[in-house]
Amino acid sequence: MTSQAPPAPPVQAIPPTAPRDAVRPPRWVVPAAGIVAVVAAYLAFRGTATLPHDDDAAPFRFVNDVRAWVDANRNQSPVFLFFVNYIRLFVGGLYDAFLLALQAPGWAGLIGIAAALGWLAGGWRIGLLSGLGFISFGVLGLWEASVATLALVLTAVLLSLVIGLPLGIWAGHSPRLRRLLAPVLDVMQIMPTFAYLAPMVLFFQIGPASGAVATLIYSVPPAIRIAALAMEQVSPTAVEASVSLGATRRQTLFKVELPMARATLGLAVNQTIMMALSMVVIAALIAAPGLGSDIIRGLTRANVGLMLPAGIAIVIMAIVLDRMTMSAAARPPYPVTGGKARIGPRLRWAVAAVLVAAGLALGRVLPAEFPEEWVLRFAAPVNEAVNWAKFSWYDVTDAIRNFITEVLLNPLQAVLTGAPWWLVTAVAVAVAWRTGGLRTAAVAAGCLLATALIGLWQHTMETLTTVLVAVVLTLLIGLLLGVAAARSPRFAAVQRPLLDAAQTMPAFVYLLPALALFGATRFTAIFASVIYAVPPVIRLVEDGIRNVSPAAVEAALSCGSTERQLLWKVRLPLARPAIRLAANQGIVMTLAMVVVGGLVGAGGLGYDVVSGFSQRTDFGMGFAAGVATVLLGILLDRITQGADRRPSPRTSDRTTTRKKRIA
Amino acid sequence: MTSPDGVAIEVRSLWKIFGPRAERVLGGPDAELDPDELRAKTGCVAAVRDVSFTVRPGEVFVVMGLSGSGKSTLVRCLTRLVEPTAGEITISGEDVRAASPAQLRDLRRNRVSMVFQHFGLLPHRKVVDNVAYGLEVQGVPRRQRHERARAILSLVGLDGFAEARPDQLSGGMQQRVGLARALAADPEVLLFDEPFSALDPLIRRDMQAEVVRLHREVGKTMLFITHDLSEALKLGERIAIMRAGAIVQLGTPEELVGAPADDYVADFVRDVPRSEVLSLRWICRSPADDEHLDGPALPAGTIIRDAVPAVMESARPIRVVEGEELLGVVDRLDILTAMSGRAGTGS
Ligand SMILES: Nc1ncnc2c1ncn2[C@@H]1O[C@H](COP(=O)(O)OP(=O)(O)OP(=O)(O)O)[C@@H](O)[C@H]1O
Ligand SMILES: [Mg+2]
Repeated sequence: MTSQAPPAPPVQAIPPTAPRDAVRPPRWVVPAAGIVAVVAAYLAFRGTATLPHDDDAAPFRFVNDVRAWVDANRNQSPVFLFFVNYIRLFVGGLYDAFLLALQAPGWAGLIGIAAALGWLAGGWRIGLLSGLGFISFGVLGLWEASVATLALVLTAVLLSLVIGLPLGIWAGHSPRLRRLLAPVLDVMQIMPTFAYLAPMVLFFQIGPASGAVATLIYSVPPAIRIAALAMEQVSPTAVEASVSLGATRRQTLFKVELPMARATLGLAVNQTIMMALSMVVIAALIAAPGLGSDIIRGLTRANVGLMLPAGIAIVIMAIVLDRMTMSAAARPPYPVTGGKARIGPRLRWAVAAVLVAAGLALGRVLPAEFPEEWVLRFAAPVNEAVNWAKFSWYDVTDAIRNFITEVLLNPLQAVLTGAPWWLVTAVAVAVAWRTGGLRTAAVAAGCLLATALIGLWQHTMETLTTVLVAVVLTLLIGLLLGVAAARSPRFAAVQRPLLDAAQTMPAFVYLLPALALFGATRFTAIFASVIYAVPPVIRLVEDGIRNVSPAAVEAALSCGSTERQLLWKVRLPLARPAIRLAANQGIVMTLAMVVVGGLVGAGGLGYDVVSGFSQRTDFGMGFAAGVATVLLGILLDRITQGADRRPSPRTSDRTTTRKKRIA
Repeated sequence: MTSPDGVAIEVRSLWKIFGPRAERVLGGPDAELDPDELRAKTGCVAAVRDVSFTVRPGEVFVVMGLSGSGKSTLVRCLTRLVEPTAGEITISGEDVRAASPAQLRDLRRNRVSMVFQHFGLLPHRKVVDNVAYGLEVQGVPRRQRHERARAILSLVGLDGFAEARPDQLSGGMQQRVGLARALAADPEVLLFDEPFSALDPLIRRDMQAEVVRLHREVGKTMLFITHDLSEALKLGERIAIMRAGAIVQLGTPEELVGAPADDYVADFVRDVPRSEVLSLRWICRSPADDEHLDGPALPAGTIIRDAVPAVMESARPIRVVEGEELLGVVDRLDILTAMSGRAGTGS
């Protein structure tokens, strides 16, 4: 067989004709003109109409007055007498009851109970994990604090589930309620944790009750959301079959829908617990008891050794509760026939009883307090190690920090705070309008104007600067790693367990390494929020690229695309909805973390919130700063979500509906 | 453009085994096992087993078989969208299995295009950009490739839909876009993987007519996969029937219907109206001693149905001739028997 000359490209035969679309101006003209106009306006009006910060602004004083009034009338006004105070008493009482119940069996008894619960939930592995986890609370020297935290989490989770599950199940059946709840839940979920705290203090004073309520508010949205989702996922045919057999709605709910939705409802419980765990730490700012206070103290004093044991304890608690609830949810509720013979129910309970009894019996012989000799103290060596790391890596960390600060942070902050407020607002509104249409633009305008009105323009711009820089870094890293994982299964296999672990950790844990490496600076918050927000971004990007229809990929391959062309022309464009969602998630998470970063020198709104709790005169400012973080969150969330609902191609909304159905 | 020896596609002893350690299966005795045993024993699926065939330039070659018989895998092996386990593939003189990635891309870009069952359109691109995609990855400038894409779109009857998005079109229109995309690079060979199975019967008929028309107009070599027998008969000059990865029979429609190689093939073609496929050759018999041999003559290749008028007009048996040679005779009774579909397996 002889080889052949490659055939001449067929397209050369086509006679050139006049282009059809030469009349319309290129698409970049309008945005380019806009950018030129903005730059010109900035140069012309720089330094005018800025809104510099004033610690004593009128809105802050107003809030202070309100607080003074509330404090004075706490025991007179009927709202407080008959409603708010009762809630405080009830929640506080519930917390005390939990605490008492947890303390009653003694430390050894509680460890036995934990191991028994783990065993019941998921066999010997989980039992062992749970037992060892609880022992480690003692070994870390944090038994009392851990029990207090656990009591607080249980209080908040119980209330969240009592409120959230029925509401979610109802919402799953009623589209109207769902529509009503959706925006509320949206806002609740993008609210940075800090924003909840000040109102709590106002109504419930400081202490465990207000900590539990703040945690409850923070952890109730996932309970509602996932419960509603669980109901929607139940096969309509099964429900229809049940109804057609004459079951009442109640019977259908309890005999068909709830059992079928069991696994997803388990996920709702799991997520609620995880959310609560990350919130109880922050609630220490309003004097909630437990591990949080060590962490907050460590953070504000940049003392890693002080907060590390508490941080480890909270991570262990998160892992134990996570695995326990997940495996309980995954257990089939009926004995599996065939396959490996399972342990019979009687033996299961017997083993559990033995574990509990052993714990209680040991409690009798062992001292009532966790023995001091068994406690591992490592604050001093940790601090030494941190100092060593800081010192020996100083060149590198300092270079990174300075680079980001000088090249990105400072110039951007100078622009945002130096530009007239109306110009910043106009740009934000224009962007919002482009991505999400008129409504988004109106929301953007409203958020920014409100920020200006409550006297926090400058600090909001500072926080916005930090968030923007962190988001850029997050998306960059997330996209790179996500694409890499989608392209190389081996890389993905290495990365996945790391992502899993990262996503079980409570948010502020990430501040620890950041603080150890970079000290208390603005960059610390950026670093922490990048490592906090990158895992979900990676995951969404990877899934998005992986789930691109194989038919489209094959078709493109059969046309002779190179790998690179495949990525840029097919995979990334088709994964766009997922990438947008990743950007949105990344932004919301980054904002939450940057605000918490106020504790470690990030300045801006986060710092205002913190000082609002430490100084009574700053309460008003802290309160307003909480509101401002919410406004900023809504602004950023709407702009990025709006991008998903862009009206142009029909494809995009089809993919989103499909995504929702799958989700 | 044809290869010097007049062969567009040549496939020899092609194997594709999915699963762990496929090569080992191929070398050993396991290769002879039937599919279920093979899967039970090794966890491998032999999707294509020892397949050989050639396609002439300009021919429409149809591969058919039941679901899971390995048709899609076979056609994907041709351009190595699925990497074959063993065997030789030659497309217009070029050894596909030895091709480097760059040569392979060149083959896919310029010489072999494919049309997919589920269209494989890119939903984020306008129709015109879908059609131009192949040219775009070759680096053809925008203006030229759009020009070409619009020309092809009007060839497949989609004038005026260039700016639409794929999902604004009906299924039939989407597949026309798929067809246009395959045609845009002006390939020598078109591969169709059940292109019309997802379409409703009326549109399917339109599209089949479209393919027949295109074949007449542009004269490409086509390899057409289907599991629809009537489609195979309508389009195929030769048909290969696959079962469990192997070709069980390869021949013209007439040969398949007239002389099925085994029960599987016979089952396949059972519902075919024989009188519309078979020619007189298959039903003529030696004249009986008392028959008159002075009736009209018809060539042996005449389709039975077309012979009906002549037979009805003549009181005498018809003589079936091949050139000058007399092959046999048919009378009214023979024709009626054939048309009622109860004839034996032919001569
Ligand atoms: N990627 C794969 N991995 C493992 N097995 C595969 C793979 N692709 C196909 N197979 C197996 O190969 C066999 C042939 O599949 P193929 O898709 O080629 O069948 P087909 O004839 O095209 O069927 P259909 O008419 O349903 O499209 C099937 O048994 C299938 O399970
Ligand atoms: Mg197939």
